[in-house]
Amino acid sequence: MEFPEDLKYSKEHEWVLVEGNVATIGITDYAQEQLGDIVFVELPAVGDKVSKEDAFGVVESVKAVSDIYAPVSGKVVEVNDDLPDNPEMLNEDPYGDGWIIKVEMNDPEELQDLLNATEYEEYVAEEKE
Amino acid sequence: MNDGGATMRHTPLYAVHQALGARFVDFGGWEMPVQYSGILDEHQAVRERAGLFDVSHMGEIELRGPHALAAAQALTVNDLGRLRDGQAQYSMLCLPTGGVVDDIMVHRIHSERVLLCVNASNIDKDFAWIGEHRYGAEVVNRSDDFALLALQGPRATAILTPLTNVPLADVPPFGFAEGRIAGRRALIAHTGYTGEDGWEIYCAPPEATALWEALLAAGAPHGIQPAGLGARDTLRLERALPLYGHELTEETTPLEAGLAWVVRLHKPSFIGRDALQRQRATGTSRQLVGLTMTEPGIPRQGYPIRHGSEVVGAVTSGTKSPTLGKAIGLGYVANAWKEVGTALAVEIRGRAVGATVVQLPFYKR
Repeated sequence: MEFPEDLKYSKEHEWVLVEGNVATIGITDYAQEQLGDIVFVELPAVGDKVSKEDAFGVVESVKAVSDIYAPVSGKVVEVNDDLPDNPEMLNEDPYGDGWIIKVEMNDPEELQDLLNATEYEEYVAEEKE
Repeated sequence: MNDGGATMRHTPLYAVHQALGARFVDFGGWEMPVQYSGILDEHQAVRERAGLFDVSHMGEIELRGPHALAAAQALTVNDLGRLRDGQAQYSMLCLPTGGVVDDIMVHRIHSERVLLCVNASNIDKDFAWIGEHRYGAEVVNRSDDFALLALQGPRATAILTPLTNVPLADVPPFGFAEGRIAGRRALIAHTGYTGEDGWEIYCAPPEATALWEALLAAGAPHGIQPAGLGARDTLRLERALPLYGHELTEETTPLEAGLAWVVRLHKPSFIGRDALQRQRATGTSRQLVGLTMTEPGIPRQGYPIRHGSEVVGAVTSGTKSPTLGKAIGLGYVANAWKEVGTALAVEIRGRAVGATVVQLPFYKR
């Protein structure tokens, strides 16, 4: 299972890639593995506001429905439009083609609350027990 | 994540599933494999080749003695008069109201031994119910005496044939025979819950691992895969086979569920007959229908079914059909909306998403 060093992680199993004031958000390798085959996604629109720790979208596996939570607050500036037709990209490439949204952050201080790769890997190991 | 692990029940194959890297799920108090390689992959294996399921959590209740057949006849809605030794039938235990206690498979071993295969979550309830309505038969809960494997898929018969002394060609669908598989005693039934051809294999729990491994080894050249409860659910749903707790409950009747063919009202007497006969005469007020979504969204159990602003029913099961590639669901709707082609909507997270009533099953081989 992968835990890229350059990302920040939430305890709800989202990742964040920070570039300037923009955060690219997706779900982690661990999250996609736990969900199983993802067959449906519901995403916000460009311009929507997202709030830290609130659900901004939905992923559905064959069996179950799960919310995706915003790791940071801000305005959606880009949405991965390929996902609705190819939700399996969330399984196949969660840190790459499976990115979900890009958010212009209101408060970059919120990033302080996220985990680094090592911390997240430990967190996942605990959750698995 | 392992809350309640101490009280979870395990089948004799639990260690085998662990070694295969299965993901587990709590199913009615049983820690069961929900998937191995992935639900879609296992689903496709069963549709195209073969899958092997551990369904040992299912219960077995036996009626014995000179009154066994008469008791089974009085307890169930299908007609055992149509069964010979070595034949099985799908049936139901009903309440006097016509509500469904459980849906079951009835196996006539001989005139004084009838074996009922019941849903795992209903074993205790069924055993109590049957005990209260035994009609002179001896009632034995044999659930711990059996492991149950389901070998399903178009290659199932080819895989099983070289392993068994039972001439499978002589066992028609819904027939069963006692014999040996890989040298071990088993009851081999030509039944299943996937919409594919296949066999359900009852054996003593200590034999389960050897049988499982023999079947996987013999099936390897045919592309067999172990398959979990996740694929079992998508397979049965495509074939529109009901699942207790979803399509069937004590508050639904077989007639509402579209299972009138199972209910033999001409039988002299059985529990629920009067209520079902009345409902047959007056008609049901709601009906189980199939839905396919015409807009993006997946129906799930409990979602309201709407026509305009009016709630006309509720979804009982739903998924994205792996075979058809579209979102499908089963649900009850008021009779006015049951006709094939009716445009309805499923309320998904507060939004009305378009759906159409379609002919069942969604998939048939």
